[in-house]
Formats: sequence, structure tokens, C-alpha cells
Amino acid sequence: MTRNFLSLGRIARLSVLGLGALIFLAPYIFMISTAGKAQSDIFNASLSLVPQQWFYVQNFTKALSRVSMGTLLFNGVVVCLLILVIQVVIAIPCAYAMAKLRFRAARAMMVLVMLGLLVPIHATALPLYVAFDRVGGLNSYFALVAPFTISVFGIFLFLQFFRSMPDDLIHAARLDGMSEVGIIARVIVPNAWPAITAFSIFSVVAHWNDLYWPLIVVSNQAYATPPLGLLYFRAAEAGDDYGALTAATLIITFPLVAAFLLAQKRFVEGITMTGLKG
Amino acid sequence: MSALSIRGVRKSFGDNQILKGVSLEAAPGEFIALVGPSGCGKSTLLRILAGLETADCGEIVVAGQDISGVRAADRNIAMVFQSYALYPHLSAAQNIAVPLVMRRLTRAQRLPMLGPLIPGQRKAVAAIKRDVREMAASLKIDHLLDRKPGQMSGGQRQRVALGRAMVRRPAIFLMDEPLSNLDANLRVHARGEIVELHRRAGVPTVYVTHDQAEALSMADRVAVMIGGALLQLAPPQVIYDDPQHVEVAKFIGQPRNNLLSSQVEADAVVAFGDVRCALSDRTIATGTAVTLGIRPEFVGISATGGSGLPARVERVEFLGSEIIVYSRLEAIRETMIAKVSPAEGAGLAAGMPVRLHAAAEHLLVFATDGPRLATTPIATHVAREAAHG
Repeated sequence: MTRNFLSLGRIARLSVLGLGALIFLAPYIFMISTAGKAQSDIFNASLSLVPQQWFYVQNFTKALSRVSMGTLLFNGVVVCLLILVIQVVIAIPCAYAMAKLRFRAARAMMVLVMLGLLVPIHATALPLYVAFDRVGGLNSYFALVAPFTISVFGIFLFLQFFRSMPDDLIHAARLDGMSEVGIIARVIVPNAWPAITAFSIFSVVAHWNDLYWPLIVVSNQAYATPPLGLLYFRAAEAGDDYGALTAATLIITFPLVAAFLLAQKRFVEGITMTGLKG
Repeated sequence: MSALSIRGVRKSFGDNQILKGVSLEAAPGEFIALVGPSGCGKSTLLRILAGLETADCGEIVVAGQDISGVRAADRNIAMVFQSYALYPHLSAAQNIAVPLVMRRLTRAQRLPMLGPLIPGQRKAVAAIKRDVREMAASLKIDHLLDRKPGQMSGGQRQRVALGRAMVRRPAIFLMDEPLSNLDANLRVHARGEIVELHRRAGVPTVYVTHDQAEALSMADRVAVMIGGALLQLAPPQVIYDDPQHVEVAKFIGQPRNNLLSSQVEADAVVAFGDVRCALSDRTIATGTAVTLGIRPEFVGISATGGSGLPARVERVEFLGSEIIVYSRLEAIRETMIAKVSPAEGAGLAAGMPVRLHAAAEHLLVFATDGPRLATTPIATHVAREAAHG
């Protein structure tokens, strides 16, 4: 057993993986370290991971007091939840129809979904901005949520998943007396939790971390999402107080890190399911 | 009045004609087996019956009502799928309850949380639970009710699927190869069980299979479908003894029927060696090509000479209760299969010269385009005289 546990090959594999992990984690580790340093310590010429003086309490206090961290986190949760729920509610019936029902527009819809996957938000941002401006919708949850409610990625992911569900299952449901809505609610959704979980992870991570779109449509701090709040923090309040800034960043990234650590297995399942693996 | 009639149902997918006008009547309580090679359209016909596919034309009448345009959910037709199609997230009891829940409870009563608050819901749910338990008891699956499909064996899943289909007492019962995923021993056992369940429930059943043994052993009547057409619908014995089409003769029977190409001789007589029979239709011209069929069990072999066609044994298969002998008719370059008892086949070996004979009443004659031609056997001694004269 000892041989198995510490064989040469295993040591080599683990060292390579460990090294890789260290490289990828380095910025985050550096951030954790910076969050505990005093200003003078940060700009010290010598690069040291361990702070000379422990400044965590001071930096976190500054981070929490200078911007309304509670509002930022609350906005982040509201926006991400709204986006996720509406995305799922729209994408599941849409993907079900495309995967399992035969109708004329199916092929055209598939083309549209593919096109949607190809066009990035950056290309449509300007027209969307103008539109929100005209309807007076800037600086609102609506502006933050609306452009993302129809997720072609979500439709595509669910489509792939539903295609692998046996047709007979749906036929059996029809014979048992279910309507199409009933089939979605009683057969599709209960069996699609792996896909829904995977999609939720992608959606929440993307929109929690999104800076681009909130930066365009939100100028009022009351609607700022966490990454945007960080930006205000840096520009207006902290000046070049990197210690407090990194402390704020740690607070903001904490929910995602915690969620990832809790749902690590699901996360990996999600990535393997979408075919992103090598 | 028939319980189910299918009238002139046609279906094409693109240019591919799957069903070429199929008509069929089922009496109340009848068990009909639809049998045919894969791709013959039998599953498509079943799906059209269930309402999962729409026919291009034709009508489906159940108990006097045309249901061609009715949704599958409203047809009161139950089906057992080849894959069983059990809901993987529900326990066996919940699976069996689904059709009852969908039919007996209103939309509001089915709501989670709120449903139990609606008057009558508790009573209806209790009734459903009781019916599910009764169904499970009659299928002997009461001990499995809490298990999910993933925790059951193939045979157990098949019973749950049967229970789900039967629990709501449908007007018609459809089965799409329900036994093909079971192992051979279980399959033979399950055949008997399904026949027994059918007899008790008395619901007209259409049973699709590609296994002729299943069709012949279970059904009241067998419908042989080949290439999208229903070639013959008759009781198993008639299908076997009296096939009305060369394709039926070819498909039914194990080992397969011997089919030889032959020609009509003078006086509308068809001959296999010195065994002859006369076509009822005397107008068929001499020299017309026909196909001659003889079941392997009616081919006799003698190794000691005598009458019959000379042949050479190619291969002998010993199957325990019987022996299958493949022998080559050198004169017409065809292989004949004979099924003989171990006593008759004793001592036969590859390469031995033998003589093959058959009785005139067992000759089946088919036109080259398929349909059977009616014949009357000519007594052997007459045949001999004719041969000598």
C-alpha cells in the first residue's frame, strides 16, 4: 500500500500537477498576501509573500467601510439569480422543442442559435446601450439582466443534453396523458438536474464576474455589481491603496470560491458534460 | 363490432414508403401479433396507433370512434416500450401511478404543496395508491415499489412497465418488442405471463415482434408484415401451414422453408421429382415460372436409394431432438433443408448420396410475384403412371 501511495510515477505526476496548480494560483496567492500588507510593505522593492506587519484587519475594515460592500454583494446576488432563473425558464422549453418536437422552423432556429453563439456581447453592446438609454432603462436591474435572459449557450447546452434523452420516455409520457408543458415539468426537468447545475455554474460565474456590461449601463452606485463596485473603490475612494483594494477583491471573490469548493464535483461534471474537456 | 380497426393506413418518410396501405381488424379481447423483419414498418404502425406518429392517410377506429386526429394523451391507449421507458427519477410505485395521476386528478390537484388542499384530492390519491398496490400485487412486484428503475433488473423493469400500462385499463394495449431486452430463459417465461395477463384483462392487444416464435406462441392471430404491407393475418397454425404469400412462407418457420424455382408443366401441373400437384387455375400457361415451397419437416431423406430426387449431403446439424440436414440437389443446384428425427437421420454424414422425397399435399406453389397459387395434390400412383406413360 505504501508503495502504491508513494510510487515514483505518482510522485512525478503529483509534482507536475502541483506545479501547474501553483502557477495558476500564484496571482490569487499574491492577492491574499497583498491584502495583509501595509502600503509601505506593498511598494517595498523586495518581493515577499509574508507581510512584514499583519495588516489584514486594517485593510478589511477599510474595504468594508469605504464602499457599501453589502449593497454590492446584494446587487450581485439579485442580478445573477434573476439572470439564471429567467435563462433557465426560457432555455429549457426552447431546447426541448428543438430537441424533441418536429416543426418547420426547427432548422432555422438551430441556425439562429449557432449565430447567437458566434456573436459576442461586445458587438451588440452599443445598440443595446442606445436602446436602454431611449427607454430610460439605464441604471436599473432591468438593464443589467435583460440582455442576458435568452442564453443561446444555455439553449445549446440543454439541447445537447435533451437529445441524449430517449424518445421513448417522452412518448411514454404522452401516452400517460401529459401535455407538452407537463412533460417538461414532470419528465424533462427532474432528469435534467446535471445539465441545469452545470449551466447554473457557468451562468453565475460569468455574470458575477462580468464588468463589461455593468460598466456600460450602470453609473449609479446603488445598482453597481461587485466588479463594478471594485472599480469605483479603486478610482474614487482608495486611490492607490492596494492593500484595501485586494482585501475588497477577496471579499467579492469569496462567494464564488466557496461555492466552487462546495460544488467542486458538480463543477467538474459540468465541464466534462459540455464537451470542453480535451 | 371490432374493437380496433385500421383502414388503409399509409405513411411515407420523404420518398421512403414505410406503410403501403395497411388494414386490420381486431375483435374485442383479441391478441394480435405484428411480426416481420426489422424495417418492415410494424413499429411505425404501432406508433401511428398510439398517436405518436400521424398517418399520411387512412383511419384508426377504436370502439366505433375514429381517433386518427386525437392526441396520444387523449386516446386511452397504453403501450409498453422495448426500452420500457420508465421515468428514471420516480420509484416503481410512482411510475405505475403516473397515468392515474394524470387522468384522475385535476390540474390544480396535481400541484405540489397546494394540491392536497383542494377538496377530494386526498381521497383520489388514496384510491390511486390502492390501485397501484393491487396492480403491483397481481404482477408480484409489491416488494419493488420503493425502488427506482436504476435499481431493478431487466425483468423487474419490464413488469413495472406492464403495470404502468395496464393500471388504467386502456381500450387498446400496445407492446413494442417488450421481451427483446430479456435473456432467453426469462423471455420464454415472460411470454406465458403476458398471455396470462392479457387473458385476465381481456383488453385487445397489438404486440409487435420480430421473433416469429413469440408471435406464433402468444397470439390469437398473427399479422405478417413485410416491406410495409400486411401480407397475411391469420391464426398461427394457418400462417404456418397455409402461407398465402411467398414472403410469409420464407419468413415464418425455423429452419427456413425450402423455396425452389420451378416451372409449370403441361396440364397446369407442378412437380417436385415424381411428386406432382395440379394448379386450380388451369389457364396458367405451361412454362410459367413458379416458386415451390416445402417445409423442412416434410422433406424425407433416404440413404438407401428408392424413389425421390438424388442429392448429396452437405452438412448435418445435430440439435438434440432433431437433426437438420442440408443437402445439395445437383440437378437444379439448390440446397434443400430437411428436418428429421435423430432416428431417421442416424448415420448421415457430409458427402453421402441420398434421395429426397416429399408428399404432394405439402407442396406450396407461389407465383413469381409472391401470391400463393391454389393446388390439388395428384395421388402418387397416378403420378407414377403418368411418368411411365
